[in-house]
Amino acid sequence: MTPAAPITPAMLTTADGRPLKAALAAAQARSKRRALFLVLPLLLFVVISFVIPIGQMLQRSFYHDGFSKSAPALQAWFAENPLGTEPDEAAYAALVADLALMQETRAAGDAGTRINYTLPGARSLYTSAARGAKKLEPPFKEALLAEDAKWADPRLWVAMRSAASPWTADFYMIAADLQLAADGGVERAPETQRVYVALYIKTIFLAALITGICLLLAFPIAHLLATLPMAKANLLLILVLLPFWTSLLVRTTSWIVLLQDQGVINSFLVYLGAIGDDGRLRMIYNQTGTIIVMVHILLPFMVLPLYSVMRVIPPSYARAARSLGATSWTTFRRIYLPQTLPGIGAGALLVFILAVGYYITPALVGGADGMLYSNMISFHMNKANWSMAAALATLLLLGVLVLYWLYDRLVGIDNLKLG
Amino acid sequence: MAAAAEGDAYVAFDHVQKSYDGVSLVVKDLNLSIAKGEFLTMLGPSGSGKTTCLMMLAGFETATHGEIRLDGRNINLVPPHKRGIGMVFQNYALFPHMTVGENLSFPLEVRGMGKDERETRIKRALDMVQMGAFASRRPAQLSGGQQQRIALARALVFDPALVLMDEPLGALDKQLREHMQFEIKHLHERLGITVVYVTHDQGEALTMSDRVAVFNDGRIQQLAPPADLYERPENSFVAQFIGENNKLPGTVEELSQGKALVRLATGELIDATPVNVTEKGQKTLVSIRPERVEFKPEMMPAGAHTIGAEVLEVIYMGDILRARLRVAGSDDFVIKMRNTLGQTKLDRGQKINVGWHPQDARALDPS
Ligand SMILES: Nc1ncnc2c1ncn2[C@@H]1O[C@H](COP(=O)(O)OP(=O)(O)O)[C@@H](O)[C@H]1O
Ligand SMILES: [Mg+2]
Repeated sequence: MTPAAPITPAMLTTADGRPLKAALAAAQARSKRRALFLVLPLLLFVVISFVIPIGQMLQRSFYHDGFSKSAPALQAWFAENPLGTEPDEAAYAALVADLALMQETRAAGDAGTRINYTLPGARSLYTSAARGAKKLEPPFKEALLAEDAKWADPRLWVAMRSAASPWTADFYMIAADLQLAADGGVERAPETQRVYVALYIKTIFLAALITGICLLLAFPIAHLLATLPMAKANLLLILVLLPFWTSLLVRTTSWIVLLQDQGVINSFLVYLGAIGDDGRLRMIYNQTGTIIVMVHILLPFMVLPLYSVMRVIPPSYARAARSLGATSWTTFRRIYLPQTLPGIGAGALLVFILAVGYYITPALVGGADGMLYSNMISFHMNKANWSMAAALATLLLLGVLVLYWLYDRLVGIDNLKLG
Repeated sequence: MAAAAEGDAYVAFDHVQKSYDGVSLVVKDLNLSIAKGEFLTMLGPSGSGKTTCLMMLAGFETATHGEIRLDGRNINLVPPHKRGIGMVFQNYALFPHMTVGENLSFPLEVRGMGKDERETRIKRALDMVQMGAFASRRPAQLSGGQQQRIALARALVFDPALVLMDEPLGALDKQLREHMQFEIKHLHERLGITVVYVTHDQGEALTMSDRVAVFNDGRIQQLAPPADLYERPENSFVAQFIGENNKLPGTVEELSQGKALVRLATGELIDATPVNVTEKGQKTLVSIRPERVEFKPEMMPAGAHTIGAEVLEVIYMGDILRARLRVAGSDDFVIKMRNTLGQTKLDRGQKINVGWHPQDARALDPS
């Protein structure tokens, strides 16, 4: 090796005297343009189909103008009078004016629905009051209260104050099983209406359980695949991947055939005499069904990353450990297992994220107690409550991101190996 | 070192056979005794069964037939972790998720050794391979040669009496390999351990070993100290495998008191020492080392048979000169000459006579 003559980078030029950097950039510009051109369609697709919808979802979860768009007078009154002001005649006058506007623009239903989200049962107040709003005479307070005493409910006024602005955190409040209190603060929802937090926790728990079961089942399979000769391993791998080739719906329904009360397994057990005809096991349309079917569907997502990691662990590590005096259990625990961690991490993350957001299987085989968070999102979507659905979806996304962050802190995302 | 007698052998393979598929034998009737403190090398071409033998000794493969004894005890059924044999793998097999220190600590931890003693031993082992400053590095941060030393230190840190090495230097470049050969040999002498070493590099086998077992096709072809192996190969496989070698096929013409006269296919007569030919008229392959071929008449013994040759090519190699000759109809007869001041220069096309001491030409089985 001969030491190179000391040249400062600034002095470097090509043979014809152009600066090296400029020459290099010019030479690469064409290929860079081409590369950009090639990825452009995908880039556009990702932006249009992914970034924009998620942005929209986030926005909807904070934005609902069903009430605010037809309540300008109330908006003005709320702006002048701080929270806690007793609604006076001016307030009722504003309310009547807005009700009249709602009648005119046929928006009473929308407005009522918006109030109904935070104060269940309030919708009909608006639809019926809007109809006669034009004919009401001052004093408006007495006139409205004569129609329905509920108009004096301080909770109603708190709900209207909150809904008078299109930007709101009400949907997140609902998702946290909270409600607006009469004094404008927040309080816990009545016990019978607390569903969201428990469902969130249950979904996380079930997803973790499914991930754990998948790991337990996939680890030996992947190990077998990794140690078999290539030809046999490939055949087995096809069996592992086979479920990918059949429709999700078909797989789920075939589980119904197996697991239902009059299904194959129950009938077989009855035939064997293990259980009585009236003691058939309930394995589907409940949580058990959700777990069984989702484990089956998500198993390949655990097997593949594990397999790809295990296949490249040379058998000489285990042999070295054994020759150094370790029992086979110690060898597994201290040498083999730590080296499969990237695969375990990748598989677990993949299965967990898929399980947390799974919709179709719980919907088909979950029954009432096998429902997951996504089914609740779908429920709100079916009732056109987009903001609530968006808030729930955002919370789910947030949960996954927190998990991702945790994983990065604990294992390191660069340790991830997906295949 | 003399071959260990059957009784006091430290390691003994006794009629060991091994088959992986139940159809063919990879190791065919292996009998081998290794003395305590010996450096024994298994040398042979790829696929000749060396690794299989080593793996049976280490306990990772079971012998299909026969018995393996360690220190007089049958170890066929002893699991690998109870054999107490140190092992160095070709790819080093250093645990990638552990530091060098943790790698060395592992065999001591599984033996339940206390922290203080572990640290003393780790330090001693690392110093032994001049890697004392690297305890906190990860294997991936070391060069190939450094990893090799760590693998060596790890195999020695728990004081095994027997160390197995499977082509441990195969992945290193030539210079480093030669240096490590020296170091391993040195460690062997200093620690008094028994080493079974596997290689396909004959130079390595000859420089390091007390005895070399030449493997081919699942059998030991010859088991001898390096000098014997080189100078007195017992069959044509060993003669060809070890060192460079000229082969002249022919028929035994006369056989008397350790001397044979062989008639080549082209009719010339040459002298040879019979090794595994027993009677007149037998086909044979005469083997002569290039550096033992003489072409200056004054260097040949009185009455030696000579044979005509034509110089086809002279290759300058620095310390030596190689000449390729046409002898008895074949074009690949090679001779070597030291590059000294007074050396006779050969020219292309030159006609010479070559001959040799009869003991340097060995009449072997034709194969
Ligand atoms: N685990 C195994 N399964 C089947 N055949 C094997 C196995 N290991 C080695 N062999 C075969 O045994 C023969 C000897 O192999 P090996 O002992 O590795 O030879 P060497 O180390 O001398 O190159 C080879 O033909 C090889 O293909
Ligand atoms: Mg080998």
